[in-house]
Amino acid sequence: MEPIGREVFGPPPACWDWLAARWRNGRGGQPRVRLCSGWTAAEEARRSSALGGWLGRQRRLLRMGTGRLGAPMERHGRAADASASSAGEPAPGGPEGRRREPLRRRASSASAPAVEAAAEGVRRVRPGSYSGPASVSRQRVESLRKKRPLFPWFGLDIGGTLVKLVYFEPKDITAEEEEEEVESLKSIRKYLTSNVAYGSTGIRDVHLELKDLTLCGRKGNLHFIRFPTHDMPAFIQMGRDKNFSSLHTVFCATGGGAYKFEQDFLTIGDLQLCKLDELDCLIKGILYIDSVGFNGRSQCYYFENPADAEKCQKLPFDLKNPYPLLLVNIGSGVSILAVYSKDNYKRVTGTSLGGGTFFGLCCLLTGCTTFEEALEMASRGDSTKVDKLVRDIYGGDYERFGLPGWAVASSFGNMMSKEKREAVTKEDLARATLITITNNIGSIARMCALNENSAYIVL
Amino acid sequence: MAECGASGSGSSGDSLDKSITLPPDEIFRNLENAKRFAIDIGGSLTKLAYYSTVQHKVARVRSFDHSGKDTGQEHEPPYEVSVQEEVTARLHFVKFENTYIEACLDFIKAHLVNTETKVIQATGGGAYKFQDLIEEKLQLKVHREDVLSCLIKGCNFVLRNIPQEAFVCQGDADAEFRFHSHPHGFPYLLVSIGSGVSIVKVEAEDRFEWIGGSSIGGGTFWGLGALLTRTKKFDELLQLASQGQHANVDMLVRDVYGGAHQTLGLSGDLIASSFGKSATADKEFSKEDVAKSLLHMISNDVGQLACLHARLHGLDRVYFGGFFIRGHPVTMRTITHSINFFSKGEVQALFLRHEGYLGAIGAFLKGAEQDNPNQYSWGENYAGSSGLRSASPGLGPTQRARSGTFDLLEMDRLERPLVDLPLLLDPASYVPDTVDLTDDALARKYWLTCFEEALDGVVKRAVASQPEALDAAERAEKFRQKYRDKLQVLRLQPFAYGSLTVRSLLDTREHCLNEFNFPDPYCKVKQRENGVALRGFQSVVRALDALGWEERQLALAKGLLAGNVFDWGAKAVADVLESDPHFGFEEAKRKLQERPWLVDSYDEWLQRLKGPPHKCALIFADNSGIDLILGVFPFVRELLFRGTEVILACNSGPALNDVTHSESLLVAERIAAMDPLVRTALREEKLLLVQTGSSSPCLDLSRLDKGLAALVRERGADLVVIEGMGRAVHTNYHAALRCESLKLAVLKNAWLAARLGGQLFSVIFKYEVPAQ
Repeated sequence: MEPIGREVFGPPPACWDWLAARWRNGRGGQPRVRLCSGWTAAEEARRSSALGGWLGRQRRLLRMGTGRLGAPMERHGRAADASASSAGEPAPGGPEGRRREPLRRRASSASAPAVEAAAEGVRRVRPGSYSGPASVSRQRVESLRKKRPLFPWFGLDIGGTLVKLVYFEPKDITAEEEEEEVESLKSIRKYLTSNVAYGSTGIRDVHLELKDLTLCGRKGNLHFIRFPTHDMPAFIQMGRDKNFSSLHTVFCATGGGAYKFEQDFLTIGDLQLCKLDELDCLIKGILYIDSVGFNGRSQCYYFENPADAEKCQKLPFDLKNPYPLLLVNIGSGVSILAVYSKDNYKRVTGTSLGGGTFFGLCCLLTGCTTFEEALEMASRGDSTKVDKLVRDIYGGDYERFGLPGWAVASSFGNMMSKEKREAVTKEDLARATLITITNNIGSIARMCALNENSAYIVL
Repeated sequence: MAECGASGSGSSGDSLDKSITLPPDEIFRNLENAKRFAIDIGGSLTKLAYYSTVQHKVARVRSFDHSGKDTGQEHEPPYEVSVQEEVTARLHFVKFENTYIEACLDFIKAHLVNTETKVIQATGGGAYKFQDLIEEKLQLKVHREDVLSCLIKGCNFVLRNIPQEAFVCQGDADAEFRFHSHPHGFPYLLVSIGSGVSIVKVEAEDRFEWIGGSSIGGGTFWGLGALLTRTKKFDELLQLASQGQHANVDMLVRDVYGGAHQTLGLSGDLIASSFGKSATADKEFSKEDVAKSLLHMISNDVGQLACLHARLHGLDRVYFGGFFIRGHPVTMRTITHSINFFSKGEVQALFLRHEGYLGAIGAFLKGAEQDNPNQYSWGENYAGSSGLRSASPGLGPTQRARSGTFDLLEMDRLERPLVDLPLLLDPASYVPDTVDLTDDALARKYWLTCFEEALDGVVKRAVASQPEALDAAERAEKFRQKYRDKLQVLRLQPFAYGSLTVRSLLDTREHCLNEFNFPDPYCKVKQRENGVALRGFQSVVRALDALGWEERQLALAKGLLAGNVFDWGAKAVADVLESDPHFGFEEAKRKLQERPWLVDSYDEWLQRLKGPPHKCALIFADNSGIDLILGVFPFVRELLFRGTEVILACNSGPALNDVTHSESLLVAERIAAMDPLVRTALREEKLLLVQTGSSSPCLDLSRLDKGLAALVRERGADLVVIEGMGRAVHTNYHAALRCESLKLAVLKNAWLAARLGGQLFSVIFKYEVPAQ
């Protein structure tokens, strides 16, 4: 599988601007929308937990790779895809589900659930490295340097759709170290850094790579690799074949799959996972990635004039004091967190209409097979053939409520008619699916922001 | 009415589209006198509203002209009964599929004779599309009305006038819907799920604010569903959905976490990502599963947005409407579930029985503003309304489609505005009915069967009441058919007209009788019995006056109870009365249970009587004849004697052999002629005869005549006496009042008696004093 082509998404940014436009045009409060990088912070978090979780300091939402590639849409592609990690919000599973209690238990770290506590425990057991509070003194860093964990440094986020792997490649390896380095470690490094694709489905997002980072006193590059969750068994098998367990490395993992595959890691790969809470990781990751920036640029940006293709531009965003902010993590599903400070957050809600829904519906509607393909189709389609717009019903703007004629009145509403069903292309359908999902996330996020009094929404 | 029906069926066959299968005399009734029209054309359904007048036969009573005659003649009836025509106002609403719109417009044009109407109010998305067609066919100018304001007007109207309009969906099999008797109050949130979703905060009758919306609505379900399943009809899509398993398509929490969700305290059944599996698995998905997943996705999404808005505005009630709901249990269940989930039970999802009509009602009201329809009270006519249908799994899509072709709602304009009884302890929580038959399958089965078995007798009585009418037998048969059909509907869908109760069964029967011009089948019986009882009045009073004080109080109580045995509504009694014409007051007293009664607080009552007199007693009387004249009047007399003022409230319209207000006036006049105490009290307005505003054998204390309520307030009533099984047992048995109350009844139904732990002719004597 090829990494996504850079310029797939041409200038008129299709979905983020929709989102942004929605917020801007929304009535009531006007939370500002900030977008954060493709590789969601979850990876960063993973990384930070693997390499010393104290890294995050600031919390602007950023988007990795910003600016670099010009077209915002492409970022979007990354975002939706790569972050297909978290479980999103459990929508009620139907009356059968019977469950009334939402997933509140992960609220703030103050009311840390068992998992987190367990993770905390693990951190403490491991010498030094990944425990520690967020602000750490110099001396502490020094001490960490001596006790830092053994290479390789990995972080794993096993989502419902994709597995995201971060790998820290040390660039400051001394000759002495090189000498000591075991063969398998060397081969892992070589394999990962010299390829951009692994097997038929693994991809390294080269454009996201963070260069010349200093982590735990080591300089190096941070690599981002992803592959579909259904290839997880093959990954574990590889770990076994390459004898990872002999490296005594700690596999820090988060995401639902950290639980789902824990037993497999243990029995097949002889690897003990260090399970970390997904939302903790998410926040840590975001804060971290914001603090390091993207190869010198800001990670967080927003769109100015999102509704206007001509004037629309992506601007870096920098905030001194963003709290309370709303964090919207769009994976297979969507989680929405209200973040009050760097270590105080709660899960507000979420929706099951996320990246998985977009891709799933696109598969059913267009027969596409990859997320990239779905996005690519969406970039070429015209959703107004599929959606019923306000002007389709009212002949123009619905002034009474200030609804512009171009606003979507009913997603897929035109598809009620046989003739119109026959007149649409797959690209139109993909586009409409994208717009539907993004509009909805925007709408829910805006409501949450109003309810939580957050001025900023970070995606 | 019969003429209307007949002419309707005669001439309509040719002009109506052949595909309309319902008997034409059932739809578009009373078009001849239709005065004002409104139409709401949605994406698939058209709702037509019109206002019309209905001519009914009513039985009128008036006293004979006594001048120059000897009034005391032995076998002369006490008053005259005559049948007259009466014109009442009625609102008709008809709902049909857009396919029939042309045929229907033709039909309307052909039958519209007396109207002076020049315009028709139109709303809904289709108002644009069909404007020319309507103007051309009906020769009426189309006035387009704003969709949302119509919707809200309609919503307020049904909530105000139909007590059992709103319900919650509980999702359990036996009592799927729970109706709210008094859900109304501002502000509330109205979520209309049409093609898209509109979320409106309603703050007052005419004040509302559009606070949000979503494009993911019914159009999304339909459009996306059509693409995904190749199923074109909305109802078929829902049918598919009700058979599907969404877990095959949705990625659930358990799919993400494996088995670990349990140790994490997560429910594995929650949806992590809608359609998440259709992205990762390389396989075919069944239409049913896809439709179900889509339904969940949309319901959850709407529910979530509704909750977010409700929370933002601090509202705890959300009414749902729009075609997406359309009475489909599976939709209502998923939305309810979503609301419960997202609000953690803090927000209540409510649905409306007539949600499909809201737009049409609202548009109609807008056009009728000069008639000020909101100043009246309106009542749902059970005979002319289809009731809520259920898409129960037993009904296939074809069946549904056919039965759903035409749907009707009729509302009668009531003579007088109805209000709460000011003495209700808590009007918001007052529920008139004692047993909710929708909850209680056993009781439901019994009563439905009981009413069905009693039908022969009712038909016989109806025919006998109109010996001069040649078509009485034919109409009575039609009545039998209609009521039997209603019972059948209620067997299958107990919630069709709100909570099923003995009261609603009785009221439905009265409405059906009226529909076929049997306004008062018992008028002759009542006339005769009043005559008989009047002749016995003086001897009963004399006997009572001869007793010592304490014995007299007991005799008065027993008299009230014995009188109450004479109830033609109770099958057991009707049988006795039919077979033994000489069954009288003394026989009835002997039938009564000996003390201690089944419920017996007589001693407390007696104790109370030894205290200071009540200021004013409000008495709800039950039956004509012995009950009123030999039971209630002596009791009234005693109260008057004690210095208590009495308000005697009788039904405005006839129901069974219950005494009507006009009859009570004549009876009181005759008693006044015999009894100076009553005569003086009437003259000095210490005894007041008023009407309840009701025509039901039962009693809803939240819908009483405004005049009665005013009088109760003015006179400071401090005692309420409710008499009879219908008023004091089937309804109001648990009613809490702010003043003392006496609930009296003789159980004339063995099954009910057994259920309450007694037997036939057991006595309820319930004296209650409110907690201080």
